[in-house]
Amino acid sequence: MSNIIVLPLIVPVITAILLVFIREHVMLQRIISLVTFVFVAIVSMVLLNEIQVQGVLRIDFSGWLPPFGILFVADSFAMLLVLVANIVSAICVLYAIFTIGERAEKMYFYPFVLLMVAGVNGSFLTGDIFNLFVCFEVMLLASYALISLGGEKIQLREALKYVLINIVASWIFLVALAFLYGTIGTLNMAHISVRVTETGADPLITTVALIFLVVFSLKAGLLLFFWLPGSYSVPPTAVAALFAALLTKVGIYALVRTFTLLFPNNTEVTHTVLAGMAGITIIAGCMGALAGRDVRTIASYNVLIGVGFIVAGLAIGTESALQGVTYYLMHDMVAKAMLFLAVGTMIYVTGETVIDNMSGLIRNYPLFGWLFFLVMCSLAGIPPLSGFLGKVLIGQGAIEGGNFVLLGLGFLSSLVVLYSLLRIFLSSFFGETIISLEDEKPLPKRIVLPLVLLAACTIGLGAGAELMAPYVTDAAETLYTPSIYIDAVLDGQMWQGEVNE
Amino acid sequence: MESLILILVGVLVAVGTYLILSKQLLRVILGTAVLSHAAHLLILTMGGLKKGDVPLLGESEGPYTDALPQALILTAIVISFAVTAFVLVLGYRTYKTNGTGDFDELRGTSDE
Repeated sequence: MSNIIVLPLIVPVITAILLVFIREHVMLQRIISLVTFVFVAIVSMVLLNEIQVQGVLRIDFSGWLPPFGILFVADSFAMLLVLVANIVSAICVLYAIFTIGERAEKMYFYPFVLLMVAGVNGSFLTGDIFNLFVCFEVMLLASYALISLGGEKIQLREALKYVLINIVASWIFLVALAFLYGTIGTLNMAHISVRVTETGADPLITTVALIFLVVFSLKAGLLLFFWLPGSYSVPPTAVAALFAALLTKVGIYALVRTFTLLFPNNTEVTHTVLAGMAGITIIAGCMGALAGRDVRTIASYNVLIGVGFIVAGLAIGTESALQGVTYYLMHDMVAKAMLFLAVGTMIYVTGETVIDNMSGLIRNYPLFGWLFFLVMCSLAGIPPLSGFLGKVLIGQGAIEGGNFVLLGLGFLSSLVVLYSLLRIFLSSFFGETIISLEDEKPLPKRIVLPLVLLAACTIGLGAGAELMAPYVTDAAETLYTPSIYIDAVLDGQMWQGEVNE
Repeated sequence: MESLILILVGVLVAVGTYLILSKQLLRVILGTAVLSHAAHLLILTMGGLKKGDVPLLGESEGPYTDALPQALILTAIVISFAVTAFVLVLGYRTYKTNGTGDFDELRGTSDE
């Protein structure tokens, strides 16, 4: 039964290889990639329910028992993220089908997306930190290809910077791994946790933890985000939406895993640094979002505010804050994909990127206008949409933990998000229409369809929070009590053995 | 032996850092390649250099050498090979399209 844990990684990889051979059959490629994402989403739903019954599941590859072999571990947190990531990818691919153009489709667009999502799923599921590095690289190499696909002047320039930043970040990851292996002598995440707990608050381990913090912050866009607004503005809309939805979230997932499971000691140092970085990221993101005049810039800085807010929840670290982190991560994937698709669609219909040059779009495209309004409300955290519950839970955790500065910053940032998007809404959607009925560029229903689907997801996540509650509670419990995860991976035996020695 | 290799790692990191801080595209790419070699050597040294026998049970009495760092750097070398190949092509395309390999000129303006 637990063999199906490997499917979210292996199925996209196999279909990606298959699609390379049917390059000319665009229609077939479209159908196969959509079916793959839906299939992985179904698998993760099955696994989620199985986890509620059997507890944390794992698969040991080739029968090598932990801590010696590589393994995949499926807990509720990872599976929820795999589920949402694949639903969002399916919707973004649907948008790409109608907009990206046959040239990109024949240049292996779908295989790259599938490989990227395979890397994302693998990063969520793996229980071995070196394997996390490998999955990161699978995801990043595919994203390098996706960001430069098309080969325009600005695109190549920004792609080069994105690639170089990520190569350096991966290098720091390798160095951190070397130090970790040198000090702890193991790579299995649960086993690392056991050994780190035994060693106590060793300064060497805290240093290694901080190097990991730098690596994952670079990937997540936490404080070290200088590369993000440039590189998220250049690729085609569907690709930018996928990046905004998935890539930074994988960085955040790695941060959450690292600082709940791997390095539970010495939280005064690590969690204080995290809180500081989260606070500064929120402030810088707000400043960027307020100052921006280009819709893509405003959207990119909104990604940063989201990252800062989620990491603030991690830094607070109480159980309700971790529930909030889980909810907000899922919400942020859906809402950021929707925001980027909406912004891309605005650019598609007007040919403009600066908000002052657009006006009165809601008269030409009423449905699209209200969808933009919906994503704005969702990001600002207005109930019953999906952003609300995550904000409430993180806020509740902040009050329990006495973290009032982060609480204030977090809720002020919601206002800034609302203001920055309301500015787009008032200036571009309201007001005198600049597009006369004759010049109006038709906005086919099929381009709006992905936005409608994402809107349904955000309403569903918000209104159906009751339905998600058991899964999210379980996810937060496993994060808050690492021993559940460790016992599931090491079968409880390793614990005994290590203590007796 | 370990200290000697670690000094070599330090030299490689210094060279790599110098190269990626320069303005020429090709130098930056070569810098990343040098850095990755440094990381591989570091992993190998961190696991302890060859001390014992081949880790095959029953072939010898032991103590055995830790084989894991070698497996790790093999994976890391393959990945860095692929990434370097990709970034070389990307750099070449950027040079052809933008007509320059100088990062000052690739900076871009804020109002684009």
